[in-house]
Amino acid sequence: MLSSFTSWFADPNLQWILMGSLLLGLGSGVIGSFAYLRKQSLLGDALAHAALPGICIAFMLSGVKSMGLFILGAIISGALATFGIHAITRFSRIKQDAALGIVLSVFFGIGVVLMTKIQHSGNGNQSGLDKYMFGQAASMMLSDVYLVGAVSLVLILICALLFKEFKLVSFDPGFARGMGMRTAFLEQLLLLMTVIAVVIGIQAVGVVLVAALLITPAVAARYWTDRLGVMVVFAGVFGGLSGAVGTMISGTLSNLPTGPVTVLAATLLFAVSALFAPNRGLIAKLMRRSRQRVEVRQWAGTPESGLGAAASRRYAGERSADS
Amino acid sequence: MTTYPLEVERLTVAYQKKPVLNSVSFNIPAGKLIGILGPNGAGKSTLLKAMLGLIPVVDGDVKIFGGAYHEQRKRVGYVPQRESVDWDFPTHALDVVMMGRYGHLGWFRRPGAAERNLALECLTKVGMSELAGRQISQLSGGQQQRVFLARALAQTADLYFMDEPFAGVDATTEKAIVALLQELKEQGKTVLVVHHDLATVEQYFDHVLLLNGGLVAEGPTQEVFTPDNLQKTYGGRIAILQDFSASASAGQV
Amino acid sequence: MMDFWIILTGSLVAATCGVLGCFLVLRKMAMVGDAISHSVLPGIAIAFLISGSRDSVLMLAGAAVLGLITVFLIQMLQQSGLQSDASIGIVFTALFAIGVILISLNASHIDLDLDCVLFGEIAYVPWDTWILNGYDMGPAAVWMLGGALLLVLALIGLFYKQFKLCAFDPALAAAVGIPVALFHYLLMGMVSVATVASFESVGAILVVGMLIVPASTAYLLTDRLSRMLLYSVLIGILSSAGGYYLAKWLDASIAGAMISVAGILFVLAFIFSPLHGLAARYLKRRRLKAEAGIA
Repeated sequence: MLSSFTSWFADPNLQWILMGSLLLGLGSGVIGSFAYLRKQSLLGDALAHAALPGICIAFMLSGVKSMGLFILGAIISGALATFGIHAITRFSRIKQDAALGIVLSVFFGIGVVLMTKIQHSGNGNQSGLDKYMFGQAASMMLSDVYLVGAVSLVLILICALLFKEFKLVSFDPGFARGMGMRTAFLEQLLLLMTVIAVVIGIQAVGVVLVAALLITPAVAARYWTDRLGVMVVFAGVFGGLSGAVGTMISGTLSNLPTGPVTVLAATLLFAVSALFAPNRGLIAKLMRRSRQRVEVRQWAGTPESGLGAAASRRYAGERSADS
Repeated sequence: MTTYPLEVERLTVAYQKKPVLNSVSFNIPAGKLIGILGPNGAGKSTLLKAMLGLIPVVDGDVKIFGGAYHEQRKRVGYVPQRESVDWDFPTHALDVVMMGRYGHLGWFRRPGAAERNLALECLTKVGMSELAGRQISQLSGGQQQRVFLARALAQTADLYFMDEPFAGVDATTEKAIVALLQELKEQGKTVLVVHHDLATVEQYFDHVLLLNGGLVAEGPTQEVFTPDNLQKTYGGRIAILQDFSASASAGQV
Repeated sequence: MMDFWIILTGSLVAATCGVLGCFLVLRKMAMVGDAISHSVLPGIAIAFLISGSRDSVLMLAGAAVLGLITVFLIQMLQQSGLQSDASIGIVFTALFAIGVILISLNASHIDLDLDCVLFGEIAYVPWDTWILNGYDMGPAAVWMLGGALLLVLALIGLFYKQFKLCAFDPALAAAVGIPVALFHYLLMGMVSVATVASFESVGAILVVGMLIVPASTAYLLTDRLSRMLLYSVLIGILSSAGGYYLAKWLDASIAGAMISVAGILFVLAFIFSPLHGLAARYLKRRRLKAEAGIA
């Protein structure tokens, strides 16, 4: 076991792969934070599934398995999918959740039809396309690893440069527009970056699980802080950590696909955060609540307690939302 | 000894962080129209939901006709806030009114001709019989509110809880609701209404309940609906409210 | 005969999912259906490890349990203040990952192809027959799906008014004494059972399509719940028959083609539905404008 670990680390190829999945996790975590704040967590899932027909068509037209072309195909079908979701919710009574489900499954259905068509056409080059379902970072080609790493770096860089713009667009798009920010452009850019993160993520963890790369580290990070900057950094670190751990374990133990291991590593980080984070974690919350319950009981026990007065003082100042 | 339709004792509700209702106690006499008043966040809707057992309470006791709510369920009618449901639901007005009978039907019986006739009767009472077959999203806000009222009527209850039935309705609907409240009162039923418009309180209700986290005052309108009590309920904003109510009543003449 | 069995299997999936899908769509829980269809995987794997075979009863039970756990976990995260989207995403990816790992670790014991879990192998359905006392009773999948459909129809039929009120106005349902939580979990349990019964034939991801797409199409075509249920089933059956012939013509995945046809039908309803279609909306707006112009 130990020797396999050390030999593994000595292999420069695998060092590159490790570096690639680390950067990938970092990038997805960062992008995922914005997706979470914009309440678009499951959009990543829909985009991942919707990428399939684009990837297949790119392959059918070019006949080669090229990451660059796949990304292009995925971006086009991702854009179509986003447009579809938007059109369905805008022009019919169907709600967001069903619109996501419709687009996700129909695009994926079309993708499966195309994929089987490719396989049945007996094109010798098609092997590896079904790797897209579960991902296999450990068997990535070196050129792909470079591409994944480079693209992730670019994503992280853009987020760093446009941090305050993305922050405002995620928090209060109306205000951002009022300030003369080009919100439509920024929103499209974020969406595009999500599509790209999803497409390169598919390579490592597969279509079904790529949503977790975006969602889980971001949510885990949310437990530790109330500040966006810190949250984005935490999400990136959690994502990178999961990616690295996933690749190492699935690279050393045979028969384990990278995607599920990466996702479980992220889930573990999430569980630890949800339980033990100071302030927002479950244990901290329970302790606080039991303290509060005692207080509420004490306060309920005294009929002439100051609640009425306190409340009227509170409401005198400001209208709060009605219960 | 007479049993009150509704007895509430030391009712206390707290959401996770903030206490909402503090040890509220009151008894409601039968055959009255009761307005529940208070500023936003005073716990008016919370009080209704807690009495109906829809949200957990920290402490306290609610008796309906001398018994626990789940024993007296069939004697209680409920009108939730209009925004609480999705009006795109594929169903028509009459069908929504028939839902008022589901509690009486028990586990397995399906609504039949008797329920249908009763529902139609209730829709007629709120002036909506011509729109019985209309899909509910194609009704105006006021018409939707009247459908909800008809549904509560179909519950054939003795005690009614209505959560802001007057919110955002047209003049026709407002009149229809007032007429309905009067009719229910004449039949000896008791109706609790969460209400916002202070200008119409004296006109609509013979009993009021002023709420602000705790119970500020409760009793017949003439005795309780006083500037002093309103000051206690609404705090500093009462000056604006008085201006508003003055102009509102001026406009109504 | 082959054609018949495959179309029948597809139709049974479509009917079961079509009925349940209506309630999921109306309760805005479409993506919870998506989550359940993925996270039953560990239940299937564990059932497989215990029984060592595709013992359908144990599998159904395992999946139902996992489905309920999924719903429970999602609700727990939501109640702790997490967005519903994010809770769904975390739970189903984690459970699906566990399922894939369980299957990969025991690949030698589990005769379960992961591709088959995702895409199904409806083309093989006619050969996997159920032998009872030496008699060939026909495809096992048809029996299993028929049973699932009967269960769903019986429960929905028996408690139609409860399911309807819980979907429309859960507060009133609770106030009149309907056990809302019970019916919620009953619905989710049925979705899990339907998923497992279907996954061998159409696969986990395409079950989602059958749950959501025909129900949404029906939602655009009618304003009555009873008719929505009926249309949803009919559209599902039409999709499976149409999909089968499309797949035959294209020489491609049958399940994929079925969802593609369902998607085409949805687009048609989205544009041409006389009640809620784009064209009807456009015409209505133009008429209103014209009337306003005259006035």
